Amino acid sequence: MQTLDAVDAASKRSDIPEFRPGDTLKVHVKVIEGTRSRVQVFQGVVIRRQGSGVRETFTVRKVSFGVGVERTFPVHSPVIDKLEVVTRGDVRRAKLYYLRDLRGKAAKIKERRDTPVGR
Amino acid sequence: MSTAPTHPPKTVRGLLGKKLGMTQVWDDNNKVVPVTVIDASTNVVTQVRSADKDGYTAIQLGFGEIKSSKVTKPMAGQFERAGVTPRKHLLEIRSADAESYAAGQELGADTFSPGDVIDVTGTSKGKGFAGVMKRHGFHGVSASHGSHRNHRKPGSIGGCATPGRVFPGMRMAGRMGKDTITTQNLTVHSVDAEKGLILVKGAVPGPRGTLVVLRSAAKSKGAEA
Repeated sequence: MQTLDAVDAASKRSDIPEFRPGDTLKVHVKVIEGTRSRVQVFQGVVIRRQGSGVRETFTVRKVSFGVGVERTFPVHSPVIDKLEVVTRGDVRRAKLYYLRDLRGKAAKIKERRDTPVGR
Repeated sequence: MSTAPTHPPKTVRGLLGKKLGMTQVWDDNNKVVPVTVIDASTNVVTQVRSADKDGYTAIQLGFGEIKSSKVTKPMAGQFERAGVTPRKHLLEIRSADAESYAAGQELGADTFSPGDVIDVTGTSKGKGFAGVMKRHGFHGVSASHGSHRNHRKPGSIGGCATPGRVFPGMRMAGRMGKDTITTQNLTVHSVDAEKGLILVKGAVPGPRGTLVVLRSAAKSKGAEA
């Protein structure tokens, strides 16, 4: 129990699903254009989750028109309208920086199964 | 404190508080704001200084709980006269409107409201005996090019036979930190009057858990306009 937990609790969100590096996420981002506000979807693979508490952030990577795009969001950011886990990935690292050097099929992540077979 | 002020005193609001630490919150534009959380509960006016009686106007603030057994007899008498339980820290805040306060009056965190510009005074973290590079930002001596065991030294501190002495104020190694520091023009981000917490945008001098003084900004500009 840290001193400021009570203060942080006010900014924390409870509607964020559990997700890990390797998972494919759909991040619904609120975008404000002038006076209008709309929701944009950013879909990609989580390559890192960093920090803890209200400061925690995650990075989503996608390849758009052959160019790698990475966006980092605070987990509890009010900019995120909704977070959807599309697939869960089976990876052996916490930080998937190696995906940056891989293209196409090599950059594909195996899907994680609920009950691992033959272990 | 006996000399009269050379200019008319301003109306100053002040509070004492305890620095709890830093965290982050989001503002209305969904931007992250770094904030320092200050616990400003248990503030009470222990005495009011008036122009007639004391020659200046000020309020004396008490902050922090303390056991009555820890208080000396003369101090206990002062607290009793104000009709308050003993406080750990006492401080006078000079203000033109001091006479609108009454002894025994409790001041909550809502003395300040979000958007107010304040100065925060605290005692900076002690760094111990520090060298000139850390203490004064000297560049030290080259890491290579024949430098031998003098990488963090100050170099020359003056001439030779003329002047034959080291000028006063020469910056040298010594005790660093634990100074009284005022950070000016910080913005109050939000106030939680119920819990007695004040969230100030930005950093505040001193380690966590130490006493800080919050005062209306002496040189506020722009933010109030």
